Amino acid sequence: MPDAPLLDVRDLTVAFRQGALETPAVDGVSFTLEKGRTLALVGESGSGKSVTALSIVRLLPPGVAPRGKALFRGEDLLTCSEARLRAIRGAKITMVFQEPMTSLNPLHTIERQIGEILELHGARGAQKIRGRIVELLEEVGIADPGERLGAFPHQLSGGQRQRVMIAMALANRPDLFIADEPTTALDVTVQAQILDLLKELQARHGMAMLFITHDLNIVRKVADDVAVMQKGKIVEAGGVAEIFAAPRHPYTKALIAAEPKGMPPKVDRAAKTILSAQDLRVWFPIKRGFFRRTVGFVKAVDGLSVTVREGETVGVVGESGSGKTTLGLALLRLIRSEGAIVFLGRRIDGLRFKAMRPLRRDMQIVFQDPYGSLSPRLSVADIVAEGLGVQDKALPYADRREIVARALHDTGLDPAAMDRYPHEFSGGQRQRIAIARAMVLEPKFIVLDEPTSALDMSVQAQIVDLLRDLQKRRGLAYLFISHDLRVVRALSSEIIVMRHGKVVEAGPAAELLGNPRSDYTRALFAAAFDIKAEAGAALSD
Amino acid sequence: MSAPLLRSALAGPRLAPPEPRQGWLHLSPINRRRLSNFQSHRRGLWSFWIFMVLFVLSLFAEFIANDRPILVVYKGEVLLPILHDYPEEKFGGFLARTDYRDQVIAKEIDDHGFMVWPPIRYSYKTINRQLPTPAPSPPTWMLSQAQCKSAAARFSKSDPDGGCNGIEWNWLGTDDQGRDVLARLIYGFRLSLLFGLTLAGVSSVIGIAAGAVQGYFGGWTDLVFQRFIEIWSSLPHLYLLIIISSIITPSFFVLLGILLLFSWVNLVHVVRAECLRTRNFEYVNAARALGLTNAAIIFKHVLPNAMVATLTFLPFVLNGSITTLTALDFLGFGLPPGSPSLGELLLQGKSNLQAPWLGLTGFIVIAAMLSLLIFIGEAVRDAFDPRKTLQ
Repeated sequence: MPDAPLLDVRDLTVAFRQGALETPAVDGVSFTLEKGRTLALVGESGSGKSVTALSIVRLLPPGVAPRGKALFRGEDLLTCSEARLRAIRGAKITMVFQEPMTSLNPLHTIERQIGEILELHGARGAQKIRGRIVELLEEVGIADPGERLGAFPHQLSGGQRQRVMIAMALANRPDLFIADEPTTALDVTVQAQILDLLKELQARHGMAMLFITHDLNIVRKVADDVAVMQKGKIVEAGGVAEIFAAPRHPYTKALIAAEPKGMPPKVDRAAKTILSAQDLRVWFPIKRGFFRRTVGFVKAVDGLSVTVREGETVGVVGESGSGKTTLGLALLRLIRSEGAIVFLGRRIDGLRFKAMRPLRRDMQIVFQDPYGSLSPRLSVADIVAEGLGVQDKALPYADRREIVARALHDTGLDPAAMDRYPHEFSGGQRQRIAIARAMVLEPKFIVLDEPTSALDMSVQAQIVDLLRDLQKRRGLAYLFISHDLRVVRALSSEIIVMRHGKVVEAGPAAELLGNPRSDYTRALFAAAFDIKAEAGAALSD
Repeated sequence: MSAPLLRSALAGPRLAPPEPRQGWLHLSPINRRRLSNFQSHRRGLWSFWIFMVLFVLSLFAEFIANDRPILVVYKGEVLLPILHDYPEEKFGGFLARTDYRDQVIAKEIDDHGFMVWPPIRYSYKTINRQLPTPAPSPPTWMLSQAQCKSAAARFSKSDPDGGCNGIEWNWLGTDDQGRDVLARLIYGFRLSLLFGLTLAGVSSVIGIAAGAVQGYFGGWTDLVFQRFIEIWSSLPHLYLLIIISSIITPSFFVLLGILLLFSWVNLVHVVRAECLRTRNFEYVNAARALGLTNAAIIFKHVLPNAMVATLTFLPFVLNGSITTLTALDFLGFGLPPGSPSLGELLLQGKSNLQAPWLGLTGFIVIAAMLSLLIFIGEAVRDAFDPRKTLQ
């Protein structure tokens, strides 16, 4: 069939059943994908993008039966036999998943894992297979592929693991390549490299790519066509250029407009210093041998100085493993550190946990994952009121409820919902609850540890607005930790760029963003704002 | 502390919604879902209700099987022999404690009032002196009229010719000392369960506390405790028990104490593993940032998660405790002689093979009780299964 498209999905419907209740996850989705093109499925979490991709290759959990048609070269994948499907999966259609840390088997070398795919689909001869594996690893940009054959997944970085996954996916020269958020778990710099690699490989082999993402900037970079999904339906589809130039559907418009915007408030240079740290060090000892001698240190934070003033946000950026989170925890004295920390004019680095307790009401933290940071067993009122009980034991119950209600109101939640439990709230609402928990004590200093990273783009913008608004009203000092430079730009007036526990560059945000001095910073910004991998830049892989 | 600051925001209209009305049992949604999972497990639910009915009934064993009446009205005076000991002088006898089964006393009371008897007129230690056959005597419904005849003629004043209808019945026969098996069964069931519940309960409390401390603090605490537990649990329990019980008379509480020395270890590993996992959750970190004490964090955030494993285990721990007691009684190292115990009933069955009702009764009751508990345990396990919860 010369005229039939490579992949033709017609009226695909998937419903998950819970008891007698049926929840549609994908609702009548149709699209086509031609050879050599890239279609991006975009939408927020829960919009059914991944379920759509998984149902094309029938990888959904047992008991969930997709309806409709998924024609691959004219053959319906939803009705063909298991054996036929196995022959297609891994050979004609391959997938790469989001999480490179868990998609490789930790007990097998990468040679064995790639070799398995080749063998399953008919390759024979140890020498031949080994040659092919080296060739594939070279193709996906792993340096010294011959040396790396015996490596186990834990010996590779996140980016390298994703490259190995891509090598496995490419092993049998697929016609259709499905990438399910392949770069979401990676650092921005690595993300840019992986995206470049995918584009290049696609051009070389002429395969079609179904690219699933929530990030519109990636879509703009890699895709030819785009389909915007909302609540299981495709609300708008078309060429990338047209959709971005003239979105018709209100949801698409909202998505495109959802970038974190605005500028940090003007900072008074003479404002009171809330917290400062001099030459802060967090070294984790490496112990070896029978007597557990300390043979060296992992220098998570190494000689860092920081000052946060009232009403000011200090942004801390860097790749994963650069020590950003450790810095935040050390400043709050939640992990052991060395070096002077002065909080509200008082040395706190020598204080014991008990002596720290009264100070905790003035220093709070908001975590990255709004699903992990709220106990599922407590109602929202209990969660938010937890700190009140510690800091002011004499507070009557009714007053406590009232304070909680006000904190929820301030963070944009309906106080009437305060007796519900966290699972009834969306990710963005949960993050608001976490912020309310930190705000209810009326602290002066808050560490925001990637508070927007786990959220959808449109929700990110709302949370950023909320944080800025609260800062303006209460004169809060923030330490904003993030790998997402767009969010940092919208909030911070000072930026610290960290790498391997050390400061690469620090200074006022406008200056630093406009004119980065070090190569590393420049490469980081290029990767974040333009999703461009700078050639020759000193980046980790 | 600058408490007024927190209150400063309280001016103006109130925003807090009225408190939700809560029932007698306030359940978080997770627990509500678990409860409904449990209720949808038919076999477990039925087992649970049957078990509860039997257990509650056995708690009132004195009102079901006793050798003294519940209520006596004698010469216009209302007496409660089940609660008080009355001297026999009151009814014209001479014993320090009234033997209400004595026909003379019974007649005296019946002439001047009346008695309300429990359904079974034997206690676990009452010896039936009017047996139609030598002890162990079979259940009365298994006897022929000829066997009952002489007993009825000797003992029954009202119906000397009635045969088996004329004598007092032993529904499940008697043991080799002439004590009613049904009465001993009811008391034995209660004793086994109470022992099992206490042992399981106390060892859970100790085990959970030890596990939580080890798991939450980790590091050296964990290391030292774990090594101690390894040494402790490798001591030979049974020999130790036999040695101890040959030195002190094993009463209910002595046995409980000895078994407790070793049984608390069972739960430690499970709880410890759960706590090691839970302490890394971000909400635990958030609680630390709020300034909660370690104890508060353990109770509020860490333990509720560890309770899943514990509650799933509990019915099985309970079963283990009951079996241990039964086994000890069977071996003769258990409760003091004369105590109603299921293990002792089995032992009698073993030594009196000519009296199959002893062994059979003991076997059926123990098997039924353990099966009920296992079915309940299965349902609890299913209810707590996180995969079920997610569906």
